[in-house]
Amino acid sequence: MTDVKVEIKAKMIPIYIMGKKYEVPETLTIMKAIEYAGYKYIRGCGCRGGVCGACSTVYRKPGSYKIMSGLACQTVVEPEMHLTQIPFYPALRSSYILEELTGKPEEVFELYPELFRCVACNACTKVCPMDVEVMDYIAALKRGDIKAAAEISFDCIQCGLCASRCMGELPQYHIAQLARRLNGRYLTPEAEHLKTMVANIESGRYQESINGLKAMDIDMLKETYQSREMEPATAGEDWTPKENIGL
Amino acid sequence: MPIKISKADSDERLRQKVKEISGENFQRCYQCGTCSGSCPMTEQMTVLPRRVMALLQLGQKEALEELNTPWVCASCHLCMVRCPRGIDITRVMESLRQLKLRQNEDQINPSEIGREDIEKLPQIAMVSGFRKLTS
Amino acid sequence: MKISYYPGCTLKTKAKNLEASALACLDLLGVEYEELPRWNCCGAVYSLSDDDLIHLIAPVRDLIRVQEQGFDTVLTLCSMCYNTLARANDLMKNDEVKRGTINDFMDEEPDYKGEVKVVHFLDFIRDEIGWDKLKNSLKNPLEGMKLAPYYGCTLLRPENVSIDKSNSPVVFEECMEALGAEIVKFPGAVECCGSYQVLGNPEAALKVSHNIISDAVAHGAEAMVLTCPLCDYNLGHRQEEMLKKYDDAGALPIFYFTQLMAVALGADPKLCYLELNQNISREYLKGKNLLEEVSA
Repeated sequence: MTDVKVEIKAKMIPIYIMGKKYEVPETLTIMKAIEYAGYKYIRGCGCRGGVCGACSTVYRKPGSYKIMSGLACQTVVEPEMHLTQIPFYPALRSSYILEELTGKPEEVFELYPELFRCVACNACTKVCPMDVEVMDYIAALKRGDIKAAAEISFDCIQCGLCASRCMGELPQYHIAQLARRLNGRYLTPEAEHLKTMVANIESGRYQESINGLKAMDIDMLKETYQSREMEPATAGEDWTPKENIGL
Repeated sequence: MPIKISKADSDERLRQKVKEISGENFQRCYQCGTCSGSCPMTEQMTVLPRRVMALLQLGQKEALEELNTPWVCASCHLCMVRCPRGIDITRVMESLRQLKLRQNEDQINPSEIGREDIEKLPQIAMVSGFRKLTS
Repeated sequence: MKISYYPGCTLKTKAKNLEASALACLDLLGVEYEELPRWNCCGAVYSLSDDDLIHLIAPVRDLIRVQEQGFDTVLTLCSMCYNTLARANDLMKNDEVKRGTINDFMDEEPDYKGEVKVVHFLDFIRDEIGWDKLKNSLKNPLEGMKLAPYYGCTLLRPENVSIDKSNSPVVFEECMEALGAEIVKFPGAVECCGSYQVLGNPEAALKVSHNIISDAVAHGAEAMVLTCPLCDYNLGHRQEEMLKKYDDAGALPIFYFTQLMAVALGADPKLCYLELNQNISREYLKGKNLLEEVSA
């Protein structure tokens, strides 16, 4: 039996997880470091890819009063980091049925009257791990500009850090989601070609072809598929299929 | 209504707090009553501004806690520009509001504003109302 | 002359009639303006507690934006915004200690020392345009109109931000006279409409607004002009409630003074957004042959 010697090449640095000191390899992300330290995740961990908002983390470093934030799965550890995850911060979402709304700013005011408690302190923007300009979209909503709010809040992953720092006790990300939904449904122009296509389908235009395909045996189906007309790789923008499928 | 005046009854901590929060020396008030005469909101007030200043000078905590004056005040500043002693009575009213609000006791509930009202109210009504009447 | 323009939240929705008519006037008077980029709500009321600095952050941030925009003057239309921005500005100019704390707190913004000047439309016209230029630019003088200018509180109090003499202001009257109207002075012109008490004590706010309207009517006013969306709500939109509650209530057409100024200067009436005013306001203008359609 041979001795297996494991040589750790990465430098070890001290970090403080919820107040307790651990030595972890400096190349790890916060999430990996927390697991390295022996914690097992059952909450506060999600896609591990920076888009789900489950692993929001706040941290501080000695010598600076600043509160820093980041996603545990994306942020690499730094020496002397004092961190904790905030997997969930209570922020209640107002109940509404999107189909019953019309996209007026007053609807946002009615569903979230606390919107007017914003004091523009900017704590939300400072803590956002996705660099969303939270204060700016709240300001846009206060003046009734749903479209601007939808655009500014686009990168929001609903992690909840903004709500955790808010002086006015607003649930910013819920309000932003309402804005994006109203914008998408009522304020942006409808895709006309989509409407046309859906109408075509519902009128039964393709029923015969579908029935034909269903009736084919597997070999015939394969042959039909292989010999279908395909857009050439070098086709220009004005290429159209030989058969007008209804657009 | 007679009130007992004695040093033991005077809440010094309350007077200090109001002085700090308002930054005003309400001791200068000589009870001329111009503020009460100017105030447009007196009809709904249980105690008028002049009397509030007197109660404050005497540190009458209980009486001050029971009155509704700061909650009816509209911060119109008429009292303040006319006060012959130059006391900013608006700030004194604000500090009385802050004493309650800072204990997390809101006067109105934003969620209880009627739907038709929010439809019609200008945004500044909500912004100013929430700043003055909620914590 | 080029200035920054600060709208305030309400002017983009409920008070579009105030904004659009005012900007139309600026265009006709040859004033160049640029809306402040990235502005936020100023907070509507000035913080009255000595130890409260957080409520100063919002207006100060807007003043910093004006500096970043490259202007030294910012024009306001809403009286509440004027009051809040002007008082915050004064503090930053004069209170060294608080200025330091506020600048330190907003470490993501450049420091601000009160370099910008805050003006309201009325004192801007008086000081930078002049009543004579206004008189000479009239296309439809407001002849035969008996107007009661209503100042409200925030344009005149406290004295350090008053646009005129706090006790005996004349600027609003002079402005409407320059437009050709007949002025009705009444004591209630400087009284409070109830302001935010429309939320806390709506009955009390209704009473004081009713007193103001009755006062104006008693002095012979045919219409009232004002410059604040909250005053407009309390005095104008709540008139229906007044008529139901008080036997001696009067109905009085209310306008933003910029709407009448725009009409007088010959602007496109569509820019006055008169559909946002009450019916009686449109009827009044039609009666004076200044409006074709009374379309709601």
